[in-house]
Parts: sequence; C-alpha cells; structure tokens
Amino acid sequence: MRTEAAAGSRIPLPRWTTNLRTKEAIAGYIFLSPWLLGIILFIVGPMMTSGFLSFTRYDIVNPPEFVGLKNFIEIFSKDRLFWPSLLLTFRYALIVVPLSLIGALAAAMLLNQALLGTTWFRTFFFLPHLTPIVAAAVLWGWIFNADVGPINHWIRTITGSDNAPGWFRDPDWAMTGLIIMAMWGAIGGNTMLIFLAGLQGVPQELYDAAVVDGAGIWAKFRNVTLPMLTPTIFFNMVLGIIGALRVFAAAYVATQGGPAYSTWFYALHIYTRAFQYFEMGYASALAWIFFFVLFVFTYVQFRQSRRWVYYAGEVD
Amino acid sequence: MAGEAIAPGRKQTGSGIHPAGLFQSASFQRAIGRGILYLIAVSSSAVFMFPFVWTVLSSLKRGGELFRFPPTWLPEVPQFQNYPKVFEIVSWATWTWNSTFVAIVSTFGAVLTAALVGYSFARFRYPARDVLFIITLSTMMLPVEVTLIPLYLMFAKIGWLDSYRPLIIPSFFGGSAFLIFLMRQFFMSIPIDLDEAARIDGANYLRIFWQILMPLSIPVTATAAVLTFMAQWNEFLQPFIFLNTKSKYTLAIGIRYFQAVAGFADDTEPKYHLLMAASVMMTAPIIIIFFLAQRYLVQGIVMSGIKG
Repeated sequence: MRTEAAAGSRIPLPRWTTNLRTKEAIAGYIFLSPWLLGIILFIVGPMMTSGFLSFTRYDIVNPPEFVGLKNFIEIFSKDRLFWPSLLLTFRYALIVVPLSLIGALAAAMLLNQALLGTTWFRTFFFLPHLTPIVAAAVLWGWIFNADVGPINHWIRTITGSDNAPGWFRDPDWAMTGLIIMAMWGAIGGNTMLIFLAGLQGVPQELYDAAVVDGAGIWAKFRNVTLPMLTPTIFFNMVLGIIGALRVFAAAYVATQGGPAYSTWFYALHIYTRAFQYFEMGYASALAWIFFFVLFVFTYVQFRQSRRWVYYAGEVD
Repeated sequence: MAGEAIAPGRKQTGSGIHPAGLFQSASFQRAIGRGILYLIAVSSSAVFMFPFVWTVLSSLKRGGELFRFPPTWLPEVPQFQNYPKVFEIVSWATWTWNSTFVAIVSTFGAVLTAALVGYSFARFRYPARDVLFIITLSTMMLPVEVTLIPLYLMFAKIGWLDSYRPLIIPSFFGGSAFLIFLMRQFFMSIPIDLDEAARIDGANYLRIFWQILMPLSIPVTATAAVLTFMAQWNEFLQPFIFLNTKSKYTLAIGIRYFQAVAGFADDTEPKYHLLMAASVMMTAPIIIIFFLAQRYLVQGIVMSGIKG
C-alpha cells in the first residue's frame, strides 16, 4: 500500500511536479480544498451576490431590477426603524458585553480562591451557558411573567407596592429583561473558563514580587492580574460584541421585537424585510450597511487594542 | 494540560502577610474573608441555578397551578405525565429525531473536514497559506446576515428549501473557521518528527493524517465534535429560515412554534407547564453531554481562548 503523495503518480507528470516543494504545495491545497470551495460557495459568492442585490429591487418572483442607490437612500431617509434598531442593537451590545466580561472575571476570580466545592460552583455557573437560547427565552418568558412570575412576586414583596415591571410586555423593561437573560447565559460561559485558566497561568513570581513592593489586593489585581489577562479580554470583547450585535433568536422568541419596537434589533429588521416582506434587495442593502458598521467598529477596536493589550510572550 | 489546571488547589501564598496586627486577629479576619467568599459563591450559584429549578418545578405542576397567586415553589402532586403529554400535543419525537439527525451528520462533516483543513494549515508549506489562514480567521467576524439572503435564494433555486440539505451540506466544507483554528492549533503542538518518520517509512500524506495525527488528536476531536453538536442542536436562525413543514422542524423552531400556540390553544387550559417540560427536554441532552465530555470540553474552550 505505497501510494505516493496525494498528487498521484500514475499519470506521467511534467518535470516541475517532481519537485518536493511543489508536491507538498499541491497536497496542501488538496487538503485545503473543501474549505477553499466552501469560502467561495458559501461566503465570497453570497457576499458578492448580496452586494449586487443591494443595488436592486428584488421580490423573488420578478427578476432583480437595478435601482442604483435607491435602497440606501430609502434606508437612511425614510426607514423609520433603521436608526432606532441600529442604536438599540449597539446599546444592547455595549451593555451586555462589558458587564458579562466583568461578571465572568469576577466569577473566575471567585473560582480561583481554592474554595471547597469549586468544581460544583463552576458547573452551576456554566450550566446557563449550555441552555439553548430558544429554551432560555421560553423559560425566562415565564420567570419574567408580569402577573404570576416569581421575579415580580419578589419585587412586590420587597417593595411592598403593586407596581412591578411588565418585563417582556413593557416597552420600558423588555430590553432590560433581554439583557438580564443574556448575562445569565454569558457570565459563567466560555469566557469565565478562559479567564480561570488565564488566572492560573499568571506566574506566581509576579505576585510575590508585587507583594515585596508592598502591593495590596487591589494593586496586585490592577498591576498583575489585569494586564496578564488583556489578550483574553480583548479576544472575548471583539467576538462578544460581534455576537451581541447579531442578537436574533433571543429577541425573536422572547419579545418578537416588541413591545412597541423596543427590542427591534437590527437582525430582526433585516429578517423582517427579507423573509416576511420579501424585499431581498432592500434587505441586502441593510445587511451590507450592518457589515460595514461592524467592520469599522471591529477595526477601531483592533487599533485601540495596541494601547491596552499586553502580550506576555510575543513569540510565534 | 488545562483540564487539571482548571481545578482548584493553588494556595494563595501571598495573602497571609499582614504587616501589622496580632496573629489572632489576622486569622480571624481571614476566616471572615473565606466565609464571605463562600457566601458569594453559594448565593451566586443559587441565582444561576434558579431559572432551571423554577422551570423543572413548573414542568411538574398542573396547568392551573402555574397561575396561582402568590406563586408556589413545589407542585402539589408532581405531574410526571406532563412529559409524555408534550409528545402527544406536538410532534416532539419527530422534532427530537430531526435535531439529532441534523446535528450528528453536520457534526461529522464539520469535524472531519475541519481536521483535513487544519492539517493543511498546520503541516504544509504553500503559496498564500498565511494569507488564506488570516482570511479564514476573519470569517469568524463576518455577520451571517450578509450571506443569508443569497444563500436562501441559491437554495431556493436548486430546490433545497424545506430540506435538511442547507443545514448539513455546508458543514462538509471545512465546518467553521473556529473548528479549523482549533484543529490547526492542536496539530501544530504535535512534533513534526512523527510525520517525518512516517514519511521515511513510506506513508503518504493522507496516511500520516489518518494513522499518525488523528489518533493523537482524539481529545481535541472530541471537543470539536461536542462543541459543534451543541451549536447545531441550539441553532435557530438557519432552520427557521430554511424549513417550512412542521414535521421537518428541529427542536429549536419546534419549541418556538409550541410557545406561540401555548397561550392561545382552543382548549381551556393554557399549556405553559408543558412548554416548561419541553424546555427541560430540549436542554437535558446538552447538559448530559456536558457532564460526559466535561474534561475535553473545558480543555478545548480554554485552548481556543488562550491561544487566540
């Protein structure tokens, strides 16, 4: 069973293929090919298509009709839900991500205190993260039930008044409800586990040195722990914000974007225009604007990161 | 490596040093400090677990008991028959099977092809490799919204809508950037001498992959498989857009459908207790898998995060 390198040796090949490096390159591309094909078929191709569609009016039934910048002009000038949905999506992400990062770090530090039963605490913190988002939305919908839900019962008991938030039924509170739900799933999740490993990877000498220099608990945290964790914080922040900006399932199941459009996230806006109104051109324009905004936002984060992210062993 | 490191156990050697104060009061303070930490740990565990507990308890109540005021903790008589009832009211068994099928097949495809692609990135030198790798990583930041509409149109054109093909077949093209990254990082940690020794013995590239690298990568492969399975099981947007027929639903969209009808059913009694039972049944397999694969899983998550 001695078949030669994946390039295949049965067919007489031109001389250059016998070169080892070339063979290696060919084999490398062969192993890469599923992904290369996947990128073309499922990422680059579709992106170009939706870029094209964004300049058309397309309702699926009739062929796409080129309309120039009309979709974009309409989005910026006439679409009453565009700015609100974009802003509230950002507001959501900029609340959920920092808070859950802080929560995850706090939880990781708690788990790093060598308490008895840490494995159990870790599991308890982690389980919400495993809950399917749809199931979480269903069960939180019940917990936040305005009339007979446990949360409102406690709020009424503690405050002694009958006024309790309507949560998912209340335009002023629906967003808060979704934020609480998201934090429940995010704090004890992957980020916490990564922080925990990061904390355990901080060399003890650094702490010892800090103590010799007279550092207290806060100074040790501020000057040793935090700088050592910045790469992780950055990584999770970038991916976390992108994930949070794309929020769809939680909102769709828990609130359907309501009440009164108070949780009408951007992804929901795209979905509605594309798959309920079948305005594929318009929705593609919305999607491209979103992509552009995300790109700029991520780029800025990378630029900023040079100022605060510290890579300990900058090798590789 | 990390699986052990995660466990507690390192003594905080520095914390005992207090410049002033009697020994007694210092140790007393430390005991208080520990006590507070335990209190925080226990109470936050309670906060995190409360929604689960409430859901499980609600799922065992009679329909009307859920609407009692003030709410009660325990069901009067545990109604275990609520669980089988879910299967009668909606096609729960079918949906469970659909979810299982889609998740298993796409996990298989994703992990296998991600391993091949990761192997390529880790072990071969060819033009544009590093550029392609950076492109791969940057696709993690791409919002699916940009590609979803054209994909929908494409699948509509080739008649794939309302089938599992859009959910499964794309997985066979490398899975995802995250999986490829995970596999590549792992392969890179295996000494290349092993490959070279096998090459001298006449093994070809595929054989090196399959008989040298893969057997050494069982933990990371298990991690990748578990993470992919979970993601597929939980996936909402794609099945929601690509599937129409109720009997083809996966659990994620099935449970949403159930939720939408639970409040407004024609018969008198609302079905929220059954909806809670359904949530429990959708979550349970994931939690069971987590417990079975905990070690691998934690290790994989940590590995992907730290190197990133």
